Amino acid sequence: MKIEHVEGKKKGKIMLYALSTCVWCNKTKKLLNDMGVDYHYANVDQLSDEDRDKVEKEIAKWNPSVSFPTIVINDSSCVIGFNPDELNDKLK
Amino acid sequence: MNVNPEVIAEAVEVLYRTLNQEAESSGYHLNPDAGFTKDLVKGLLVNTGRYGYQSCPCRLSSGRKPEDLDIICPCDYRDPDLTEFNSCYCALYVSEKALRGEVRIQPIPERRPPPGKRIIPKADTAVSSFPSSKIPVWRCKVCGYLCAREEAPEVCPICKAKKDRFERF
Repeated sequence: MKIEHVEGKKKGKIMLYALSTCVWCNKTKKLLNDMGVDYHYANVDQLSDEDRDKVEKEIAKWNPSVSFPTIVINDSSCVIGFNPDELNDKLK
Repeated sequence: MNVNPEVIAEAVEVLYRTLNQEAESSGYHLNPDAGFTKDLVKGLLVNTGRYGYQSCPCRLSSGRKPEDLDIICPCDYRDPDLTEFNSCYCALYVSEKALRGEVRIQPIPERRPPPGKRIIPKADTAVSSFPSSKIPVWRCKVCGYLCAREEAPEVCPICKAKKDRFERF
């Protein structure tokens, strides 16, 4: 499965599930880049059908509506949607 | 896909102008942030190339049209979202208040039911009845336009949604 890694300051394990065509997802990537944090992301719309089904099930555990962006932090909490305040707060 | 960036920019510009004209002529408005809106329009073009239909750029398409009919732009959720939140889910379309800058355009919650709870409509199923009409009544699921005629129109005269977005009323 194609998961990209953006290097930066380690603030915990950050996994961003995004869509390549989604403007809010791109804003979230830019925010994480500006914050300079280390994170991984997957553009779920660009995965194979098989990988997409797998990832959808994974996202559903955190966000039942499987909307994008979904950011899972330290396998323990998640931020749904482009939410700079909540992200800044969780990644202090 | 190797497409000349200038060709893409031109295609975005053409679709942006078309959508803007259609929106304004039927009482809808595109997001006044042209840069933001053109990024979404580009997403629509990418999805049309990928799936063969103009699926929402901010939602995950299944690639199977019957399952994605509700999220073909303009989606079934646009009008209720405009009423409640002043923009559609992507913020491609905004309310008049948002257009005038009276309310801020920001991300809104997802109204589409989660996977497993979505109802995939069968063509030709009536949702309720018009007791005295001998002529079938068709309802556009995008904007609510009703018309009484033998078949649904090819394109909704109000919101430009295609025929497959109509249901028998």
